[in-house]
Amino acid sequence: MIPIQNYLVLAALLFFIGAVGVLIKRNVITMFMCIELMLNAVNLTFIAFSRHLGRIDGQIFVFFVMTVAAAEAAVGLAIIVALYRNRKTLNVDDASSMKW
Amino acid sequence: MAILSFYLLAAIALTSALSVVLQKKAMSSALSLIVCLGAIAMLYVQLDALFIAVIQVIVYAGAIMVLFLFVIMLLDPTSERLAPSLKSVAYAAVPLGVLLAVLLGQAIIVYRPASPSAREPAISDISAVGMRLFSSYVLTFEVTSILVLVAVVGAVILAKKKV
Repeated sequence: MIPIQNYLVLAALLFFIGAVGVLIKRNVITMFMCIELMLNAVNLTFIAFSRHLGRIDGQIFVFFVMTVAAAEAAVGLAIIVALYRNRKTLNVDDASSMKW
Repeated sequence: MAILSFYLLAAIALTSALSVVLQKKAMSSALSLIVCLGAIAMLYVQLDALFIAVIQVIVYAGAIMVLFLFVIMLLDPTSERLAPSLKSVAYAAVPLGVLLAVLLGQAIIVYRPASPSAREPAISDISAVGMRLFSSYVLTFEVTSILVLVAVVGAVILAKKKV
C-alpha cells in the first residue's frame, strides 16, 4: 500500500500549480480552469484520507465538491459569456471597474 | 507495481497541470486539463474510490470540460490579442506560490498519520456510499438540489440576450 504522504505531496503540488496559474494568467477562462485544478487537488486529498482512515465520508465530501464545481462552472461560464458580450474582452485587466 | 503506477500517474498529472498554466491558447489548456483529470481519476481507482473515479470522468471530463470547450469555441479567445500578463503580478505570484508549496510540504512532513480506527468493511463498495449519502448526509443532498436549481436559473438569466 502506497503511503498517504505521496498522495498529499502530489495534491499539494497540483494545488500550488493551480494557485500560481490563477495569479499569473490574464485570460479569464484559463484562470477558471486553474480553479478547477485546485478543486481537484483538494478532492485527491479527501480521497487519500478516506482510503487511509478507512472511512467513506471523504468520498461523500468529494461528491458534494463536484456538485458545487459543476454549478460554479455553469454560472461562471455564463458570466464569462455576458462579460464578452458587453466588453468584447476576456482579459481580466479590462474588466476591473468594480475593483477598489 | 502499485508504487510504479502511482509515480507514472503522478508524472502525467503534474506535467499536464503545468501544461494548463504554461500553454498560450485556452483550447490547449483545456485539453491538458482533461488529461490531468483523467490521471486523477485513475489515482482514485488506485485509492479504491471507484464511484468517485467514474463520477470524475462523467461529470468533470464529460460535462464540465465540454462546457468549457463550448465556451472557448463560442468566444474564440485566440482571435483577440490578450495583453501580456503584468510583470509585477507575475513576479509576486511565483514567490507566493513557492511559499505556499513550502508551507504545505512542511505541514505534510510534520503530519504523523493517525492509525486508522474502526475500519469500515469496504470503502470501494458503491452501495455503502449510497447508503451513507441517503442516511447521514440526506439533508446536505437535498440542499444540493436547491443549489443546482439556483445555478440553472442563474446561468439562463446571465446568458440571456437582454437582462
